[in-house]
Amino acid sequence: MARHSIREAIGALRRAPGLAILSAVSIGLSLFVLGTFGLVAYNVELTLQSVEQRVEVVAYLRDDISAAQLEALQNDIRSFAEVEAVTHVSKFEAMRNAMQQLEEFREVFSDLEVNPLPASIEVQLKPDYRAPESVARVAELIAFYPFVEDVRYGREWVDKIYQLRRLGGAVAVILGLAFAVVAILIIGTTVRMAVMARREEIIIMRLVGATDGFIRRPFLLEGLVTGLAGGLLAFLLTYGAFWLVDGSLIDLQWLPPGWAAGGALAGGLLGLLASGAALRRHLILQE
Amino acid sequence: MIKLIGVYKEYPRSGLALKNVSFHLRKGEFAFLTGPSGAGKSTILRLIHMAERPTEGEVRVSGFSSAHLRRREVPRLRRRVGMVFQSFRLLRDRTAAENLAFALEVTGARQNEIKAKVQRLLAQVGLAAKAGAFPDELSGGEQQRVAMARALIHDPVVLLADEPMGNLDERAARGIFELTRDINSSGTAVLMATHDLDLVRHFPQYRVIELAEGAVVYDSGIGEDASEADGAS
Ligand SMILES: Nc1ncnc2c1ncn2[C@@H]1O[C@H](COP(=O)(O)OP(=O)(O)O)[C@@H](O)[C@H]1O
Ligand SMILES: [Mg+2]
Repeated sequence: MARHSIREAIGALRRAPGLAILSAVSIGLSLFVLGTFGLVAYNVELTLQSVEQRVEVVAYLRDDISAAQLEALQNDIRSFAEVEAVTHVSKFEAMRNAMQQLEEFREVFSDLEVNPLPASIEVQLKPDYRAPESVARVAELIAFYPFVEDVRYGREWVDKIYQLRRLGGAVAVILGLAFAVVAILIIGTTVRMAVMARREEIIIMRLVGATDGFIRRPFLLEGLVTGLAGGLLAFLLTYGAFWLVDGSLIDLQWLPPGWAAGGALAGGLLGLLASGAALRRHLILQE
Repeated sequence: MIKLIGVYKEYPRSGLALKNVSFHLRKGEFAFLTGPSGAGKSTILRLIHMAERPTEGEVRVSGFSSAHLRRREVPRLRRRVGMVFQSFRLLRDRTAAENLAFALEVTGARQNEIKAKVQRLLAQVGLAAKAGAFPDELSGGEQQRVAMARALIHDPVVLLADEPMGNLDERAARGIFELTRDINSSGTAVLMATHDLDLVRHFPQYRVIELAEGAVVYDSGIGEDASEADGAS
């Protein structure tokens, strides 16, 4: 029984290899778009995680703050529920850091009469409070204190990353769906042609009492194989894109194995479902 | 065994093809279904094969009824009912033996049974020597023999033959008719649609059901006691 299905499916692929390839390629492209997005989303996620770890709020202090006032301010901030650690950076330390990090300006800094850099308090947040909203809230609270001149945090670009991810997701879903629709239509045509090519056989199968399931099976198998081939193609394309971009433009992390395998299986499933739907329309179910 | 009860069949464009057709074909019986072209013979055979359902009335075949038969059950019914046609309906790209093997494969036969069964059937229809011939290499009579062998593949209770000699010269036709009689004498009922009245007259021992414009106008089997006829040939 399985032998018959396999032989017939291979026969069908041989009869119309062009259409089978077209079906596989369209499924492949559809999943490639989703795969690329998956790759980007995964890497953005990783970046966000490491960025969030480094998310801190920096409060710049006025020069006229006294030691006692500094102590009180630090204790206050440390008592916030969101705050993990508080570090004081003096004017002197700020200058030293600047001279270390910005070597080009070392000369300029050394020539200065007075130190223009403000002292600051670096506030580290607890892991649960590193999302943009809670960072902003803590920053606002700190800004109310006297002697705090300015509060900075990486809100702008954290927000931007989140926004980009949402936009990229929407674009990928729309493109992926468009390709999937094209893939389904092409598979529909493939199935219709395969049914036509095997019309005589199907009539005889019905005549001698073959079950509907048996009649359908070779077509479904063909859809499954085509879909899996598409899934594999998508995997190769996505990996190719990863290989091109990784290292040369930015450093990327390859997808977890489960995602890649899921993508290839999704191709098989897509092929199977599209064939099933097409069969429903093209196999004349009476007779 | 096969029973039509008040069967009407209406086609959307051509109207009523069958009007109140009733008859009972008994186990092992041989009957001609006669009438001019368009009388409804093929329609009756298709109804018995459950390729179509009656518009009104009921068709009963070997425990199956058109009134409650589900799609899933049709294949099981088809294996109880063999069918041959005027145009033999063989697959041209397969040999005689492969045509028979195909019918077995697609109904789930085990691979190791197929070869022996195909050889036995070919021998039964007198074509053991032509197993490897393609339909185009066989005469019309020989092709119809292959089709008959295929119809018998699941040991059906009835053979439905729709003008099986319609495309054959006289000698081949006689051969096919004799084969049908052989099949019948081994216990399979036969319902043969034909418009060849000479043939029907030659075999007065067989039942005749005559149709005209979709209605039964004569049935030589009527009045026979069912229990008596059930045991007959
Ligand atoms: N599939 C169909 N659609 C419409 N009309 C049909 C169909 N099959 C048969 N008919 C009509 O039913 C009538 C009986 O046809 P048929 O059973 O083929 O007659 P016979 O086999 O006795 O020549 C005819 O008038 C024919 O035109
Ligand atoms: Mg006819």
